[in-house]
Amino acid sequence: MASALFFYLFAVLAVVAGASVILTKNPVHAVLFLILAFFNAAGLFVLLQAEFLAMLLVIVYVGAVAVLFLFVVMMLDVDFAELKAGFIKNAKIGALIGGIVLVELIALFGYRGFTVSPVMNPSAPIPASITNTRALGEILYTQYVYYFQGAGLILLVAMIGAIVLTLKHRQGVKRQSISAQVARGPATGLEVVKVPSGGSVIPPAVKHPEAAE
Amino acid sequence: MLDTLQTFMNDYGWNILALVGFSLLLLVSLLIIVAFLLLMDRKVWAAVQMRRGPNVVGPFGLLQSFADLLKFVLKEPIIPAGSDKAVFLLAPLATATCALASWAVIPVNENGWGRWVISDMNVGILYLLAISSLGVYGIVMGGWASNSKYPFMGALRSAAQMVSYEVSIGFVIISVLLCVGSLNVTDVVNAQKTGVGTTFGLTSSLLDWHWLPLFPMFVIFFISALAETNRPPFDLVEAESELVAGFMVEYSSTPYLLYMLGEYVSIVAMCAMTTILFLGGWLPPLDIWPLNAVPGLFWFLIKVVFVFFMFAMVKAMVPRYRYDQLMRLGWKVFLPLSLFMVVVTAAVLQFGGFRS
Repeated sequence: MASALFFYLFAVLAVVAGASVILTKNPVHAVLFLILAFFNAAGLFVLLQAEFLAMLLVIVYVGAVAVLFLFVVMMLDVDFAELKAGFIKNAKIGALIGGIVLVELIALFGYRGFTVSPVMNPSAPIPASITNTRALGEILYTQYVYYFQGAGLILLVAMIGAIVLTLKHRQGVKRQSISAQVARGPATGLEVVKVPSGGSVIPPAVKHPEAAE
Repeated sequence: MLDTLQTFMNDYGWNILALVGFSLLLLVSLLIIVAFLLLMDRKVWAAVQMRRGPNVVGPFGLLQSFADLLKFVLKEPIIPAGSDKAVFLLAPLATATCALASWAVIPVNENGWGRWVISDMNVGILYLLAISSLGVYGIVMGGWASNSKYPFMGALRSAAQMVSYEVSIGFVIISVLLCVGSLNVTDVVNAQKTGVGTTFGLTSSLLDWHWLPLFPMFVIFFISALAETNRPPFDLVEAESELVAGFMVEYSSTPYLLYMLGEYVSIVAMCAMTTILFLGGWLPPLDIWPLNAVPGLFWFLIKVVFVFFMFAMVKAMVPRYRYDQLMRLGWKVFLPLSLFMVVVTAAVLQFGGFRS
């Protein structure tokens, strides 16, 4: 009974939060509702006894991805009038795509029916002797280790690509080189100038090693 | 109806009541301990600078924290007119709730009565990591909702800083978990009963704890914990000389109190995490008579207070980092080092014959 109670609590909150993400006018509020939706999804995972996935969802999506969303959205200066104009202009295409997806979903559930109850049937039963973290690990790192490594390689390539596309070495920027600073001693950092009595000496410009970069 | 109620109570009710009771016990004792640790922080800081520190309220100033609490609660909360009121008030609540929630999985002792923890879940360490990464939301929301320049700068700094240092904290935790073989927090402590010390003849001593074999990780974790809780030298989020008080500029009264409370509770939670991961939790330093007769709770508290003392000394002695230095330390020093150490730990465990 308690699990059904919590299922409906999390499910209703997730749906309400999900709807609020697209209905609310303030983009920062939308991100905050998105975080609430993530939390409720994590709660549903816990109900399915997939607590490892639940924690991962919170760490990865709430702890990292949504922070970056919030970071970007907070700094945006969104013009709502302009957004609304765009909405009306693209409404026909949007309605068309939405209609196609709706028809597809109706066809799918008409064919399969609504027989699956998520609370009663966890999708893959966990072996009783081991925890689900271990079960996931054995599948990912033992059974499908080459696919896992392949996925990792693809992500690495994507990451390097993103860095290559955005990295710019600007000329004329003075950067701090900590190793050069630490390596500086009396021999390189200090210059003793003999000033003749009654005269003056303007020392020549010293080329510092940290400015060489 | 009465029958249903009785079944419900038999199935869940007494458990829920016991849970609520234990949670209240933990939270109340935690808040009292935090009040005195706050005083200790100020006293240590004062002693380093050769001042007396708070010494007026109560004997030796012992009641100073409670006087501060009363003062904050009785003041008028000011909400700026241009602020987003709901988010503005939600932010300190989020900070305090996240900080307190992490204590649900922190075990303080294990004896004949069982494990002294609210929820002995099998992914406890991941829960701690998840909750500590949520701490950033209170700050970002507060900084944005204030609708003011300095708080916003503080919020931006905090978002970047906490995401950066979380990565190395995650790797440190992974290398500890590799040695333990379990995500359960109590198992992490129990795994420290045997280790280096046992190999060299000092069974169940302080040499068995993870700080010795994982010493580089211990140092990285301590420094990252300072950054994750916005303690000096990483307090750029609230740097008073640059940003006045950062994200807390517009806050007053009880919301401000909640921020301060959340900050200190999460600092103590980080101290408890250091204790559990590296300093053997509630295990006595030597398994000989007068020491192992002392309750484990006492050892746990002693170690937490010791780590907190180190936090306080760092605050007193180290100057604040500059922002680019902070980012360099996190991404260019700690991240490669901790990643490398994870590989080394795994290799030693796999090829050194320690694999169970």
